[in-house]
Amino acid sequence: MQIRITSISKTLGMVHTLDNISLHVDQQEFVVILGPSGCGKSTLFNIIAGLIKPDKGQGFINDEDLTGKTGRISYMQQKDLLLPSRRVLDNVSIPLLLKGVSKQEARAQAGKYLPLFGLDEFADYYPGQLSIGMRQRAALLRTFLFSNEILLLDEPFASLDAITRRKMHLWLKDIQKHFHSSILFITHDIDEALFMADRIYVFSERPARIKEEIHLNSESDHAFLKENILTLLG
Amino acid sequence: MTKLLQLINEYAPYVVFFILLLLWEILVALNNIPNWILPAPSRIFTAIIEYQSLLFSHTIATLGEALAGYFLAVVLAFIIALLLNNCWWLKKAFYPLLIITQTIPLIILAILLPIWFGFGIAPKIIIVIIVCFFPIAINLMNGLDTVDIDQLNLFRSMGAKPLATYFIVKLPAALPAFFSGLRISATYSIMAAVISEWVGARQGLGYFMTLAQKSFRIDQVLAAVVIICLLSLLMVKLIDLCEYLLVPWNRLHQPVNDHPIK
Repeated sequence: MQIRITSISKTLGMVHTLDNISLHVDQQEFVVILGPSGCGKSTLFNIIAGLIKPDKGQGFINDEDLTGKTGRISYMQQKDLLLPSRRVLDNVSIPLLLKGVSKQEARAQAGKYLPLFGLDEFADYYPGQLSIGMRQRAALLRTFLFSNEILLLDEPFASLDAITRRKMHLWLKDIQKHFHSSILFITHDIDEALFMADRIYVFSERPARIKEEIHLNSESDHAFLKENILTLLG
Repeated sequence: MTKLLQLINEYAPYVVFFILLLLWEILVALNNIPNWILPAPSRIFTAIIEYQSLLFSHTIATLGEALAGYFLAVVLAFIIALLLNNCWWLKKAFYPLLIITQTIPLIILAILLPIWFGFGIAPKIIIVIIVCFFPIAINLMNGLDTVDIDQLNLFRSMGAKPLATYFIVKLPAALPAFFSGLRISATYSIMAAVISEWVGARQGLGYFMTLAQKSFRIDQVLAAVVIICLLSLLMVKLIDLCEYLLVPWNRLHQPVNDHPIK
């Protein structure tokens, strides 16, 4: 699947947050939005997910206009937002329940993915009993079970330690390859962006504009690009 | 040393309680304080044994009023909290009224309600409801209000209907706060029932105490007090048990080590 948004602007209260943002994510592409903290990246996700309406501009999924419509794309945040009252398997099967799948069927479908997400032994644990890394994977599985074709990930690994984060990076790339997902990924970490992305949009400070679009391939010089991005944002 | 600390941790409350009772016993004996002013603990204990069948029937009456009132208070509090949580103008309109119900002196209600509702069980139950619904309703409302807005947004993004969000997210999230309210009200319920029996009752521990007090049987009064304390503790333990069974996720909180991805 493919996402495309065209010239989106948004003023939240008195704050001009997004200024004429246009971007797209192609089939199976890993696109990263890189920008300073608080530049309005999350607002952009809320718009793509249909939670808030833009003042100007539109959002499309596979050329279908979905501006301001919820229930099509879900997203994952730095906070895992797992429900403390439900066991892991019941947490991750929520998207299926909301789509009208019966409880048993939802648990069975979701259960098949637990091993892939490193959670197979923890189906009956409560989120409070899990480590942060496992909670993030559970949250990712929940997002994934809502739609594995497009994932919106808003700094999903920001609260992890460097070692766990790198493991999660490699693992997420595998998952993407396995399911041919398109991923739009927000971060303020330049190394993370360079490591993960096929393409990077560098955002400016508020109001967020696209400063630069960077295409990456296996021969890209990361050190050089990092210097470039730092100069851009500095 | 750690063993000693462990013993203190476990038995300190019992030891303090026992020492206080002992002091009381000794002081009463040394000063020859008459029974109709302050009976010794042993005397109160004897009174409980001596009047156990009488105390038992009065206890049943009080417990019945307290349980009935408490149950109705929970139902009422639940309805109030859900209505006020879902409708801002209802909250605006009725919140001050809820507070006012808590400012009326209970003893006046105990006198007035029998005038309006007769000398049956109704005025007693009403008093228990007035005392008990408030902590439950307020705590439940707070619990419902403190749900993470991001959590609600996430459910909205997944296309969840408001009712589904209510049942899956909001109500479970409010359960711990709800139980705090239940626990506070449980301690009040017995006391409220006793006060309601102060006027116009023919049975119950409150009635028993007014009679005993009029004939200077302070040992009987205090015997009833002991029963009231025990009943209140029992109510709280009952709520604790319900919470233990219904909110298991709050007590299971030992994170396991990170599990490698296969």
